[in-house]
Amino acid sequence: MAKRVGMEVAMAVAEAVGQCNIDMAAVYPITPQSHIAEHLSELIADGKVDAEFVTVESEHSAMSAVIGASGTGARVYTATSSQGLMLMHELLPIASAMRLPIVMGIANRAVSGPLNILNDHSDIMPQRDSGWISIFAENGQEAIDLSIQAFKIAEHKDVLLPVCINIDGFQLTHMVEPVEFPEQELVNKFLPPREPYATLHPGKPVTMGAFAMADYYPEMMKAKNEAIKNSKKTILAVWEEWAKIFGRRYSPVETYKAEGAEILLLTMGSMGETAEVAIDELRAQGKSVGLVKLRLWRPFPFEELKEAVKEAKKLIVTDRAVSFGGPGGPVFSEIKSALYHEEARPMICNYIIGLGGRDVAVTDFTGMIERVVQEDVKKIADTYEFWGVRE
Amino acid sequence: MNIVENFDLYAPRLVTKKELFCAGHRACQGCGEVLAVRLMCKALGENTVIASATGCMEIVSSLYPSTAWEVPWIHVAFENAAAVASGVEAGLKALRKKGRIDDRYIKVVGMAGDGGTMDIGLQALSGAMERGHDMLFVCFDNEAYMNTGIQRSSGTPMGASTTTAPAGKISYGQKTWKKNMPEIMVAHNIPYVATACPSYPLDFIRKVEKAKKIKGPSYIHCFSVCPTGWRSPSHLTIALGRLVVETGIFPLYEVENGKYKISAEMPKKLKPIKDYFKTQGRFRHLGEAEIEMIQKRVNSEYDKLLDKVKCLKAWN
Repeated sequence: MAKRVGMEVAMAVAEAVGQCNIDMAAVYPITPQSHIAEHLSELIADGKVDAEFVTVESEHSAMSAVIGASGTGARVYTATSSQGLMLMHELLPIASAMRLPIVMGIANRAVSGPLNILNDHSDIMPQRDSGWISIFAENGQEAIDLSIQAFKIAEHKDVLLPVCINIDGFQLTHMVEPVEFPEQELVNKFLPPREPYATLHPGKPVTMGAFAMADYYPEMMKAKNEAIKNSKKTILAVWEEWAKIFGRRYSPVETYKAEGAEILLLTMGSMGETAEVAIDELRAQGKSVGLVKLRLWRPFPFEELKEAVKEAKKLIVTDRAVSFGGPGGPVFSEIKSALYHEEARPMICNYIIGLGGRDVAVTDFTGMIERVVQEDVKKIADTYEFWGVRE
Repeated sequence: MNIVENFDLYAPRLVTKKELFCAGHRACQGCGEVLAVRLMCKALGENTVIASATGCMEIVSSLYPSTAWEVPWIHVAFENAAAVASGVEAGLKALRKKGRIDDRYIKVVGMAGDGGTMDIGLQALSGAMERGHDMLFVCFDNEAYMNTGIQRSSGTPMGASTTTAPAGKISYGQKTWKKNMPEIMVAHNIPYVATACPSYPLDFIRKVEKAKKIKGPSYIHCFSVCPTGWRSPSHLTIALGRLVVETGIFPLYEVENGKYKISAEMPKKLKPIKDYFKTQGRFRHLGEAEIEMIQKRVNSEYDKLLDKVKCLKAWN
């Protein structure tokens, strides 16, 4: 049985990646991701992990280098945050189009301007349509588990897509949490060496990253979309296998005291645990409330989401990012469109919360729920509001 | 006997017949760059992996579902060929060490045009060279953004007319001196830097072979005539590549571990730059005064280079 240890989550993520027999990593420092880069370099410097660590001069080059290395058939890892992710943006759809199983940790942080180093989800949201599988961790243990599972999902012959694991910056990356590392032997069994489809090797020359015009491009885009839609099957199978071996269960949409609840709150990432406390408090007062946590952001889990909210009367969606001039937060937009065709669907409202590291407290969630209880449904339906923001 | 004059005689014995960049690509008639790429591939041989930047050579060679490449080749984006090559090198190194691929030596090569090297790709290249990857980087310099329609780059020479620095009633075109890219590479203290031109095929091949043997970073700046962008007759490509060298505008030299050496192809006495300018539409608008100004600069730059050869020899 694996032992529980207290460790900072960013370091724990590096340890977990180190357990995955990676061949190469290229990580450029950026707060609050840097501890992943530092600890991974330490593990390599001490000979505990046998991999090449490329000390690139930018995040753009970090992504470029892992694309190149992944092209040779190596198992690769990178990590970044905020501006670094924005700098990588150009390359993200190329990595997925080349069907390279790159794994990336994202210490989610607000994007500039103004410069802000603290947590929100405004870095990952603009990457939504890049063809990457995108999964959110709620705590340190999940960050470890998901980082290991990511390689298995990405490299699966039915997937062959890059995967990013979202780990809230500071709120998760800098917390010292009790975590349990899976035994190395079990990880080796769970995650055998990568079997690449094609590699950059003179033994069998291939051309990667060819140029395609209107005669092929649309088919390639459709193929990529099919691939990411189909990846859900593998993701579910990998989570099932993980539960069997390691006893911890993961699903695309997770619920907490949601059964039969009239009002549901929906969160993504580390806010989920705070929201659980709010739900406990309100349940103790006899209120019919529950929590839905969206873990799988891409591919979007339509079926699971519909199932989770079908009995609720009101659904409060929280967003840690803004779609300026848009219909609400990006998660809100997705949920609304996912439920549009449902005959029985809850009234949905949206609160944008925790931007730029603004503290998210239990009282914020209880406040939102109480507001929804009191307010006239028609007045708040389909609208969004910046929660707790000064006018 | 000059080896270039008697190329037909020597070539079959000195240059392999095996093509690793094959016919059927879509390069323009008289393209000096594609000739250089073909010669480079001959010199590198099959145990090579190439990471290419976006640009003419990428689009003419890789239109899906065809490819001109007989060696493993990867293209990702415009500014990152050197970073991609870094990753390829690191990946192959790790896999070789772990016994997951055979232990043959594979040369990793990054390639880009002047824009992909000197402008948008400079940071990635500087990083890769500084980190000391076992990699050759070749800049195929045709002195403007030809793929996008002849816009100026930092490699465009003074006085040339381009679509974003056009000659007009109050302008003679490019108003800046060409960035000295080989010197920037020399400043990275890498083991080998050279300039070359496919109009001197044996010199170019020899330089690529030399770079191939170096277990570390090396850089070749290859001058590539572009008839489309320069508005020069396509049958004059080889002649223009020779004139740019003979006028001293683009001298052929090597810098091995910091020591400068002028290549044997350089003439004792330089020709006037007018000879080089006259067949090119991009320079047609230049008057005597501008040509005089450029001639002075070419002379002084060439003298500086000769001084470096002398000075570093004496210092040794």
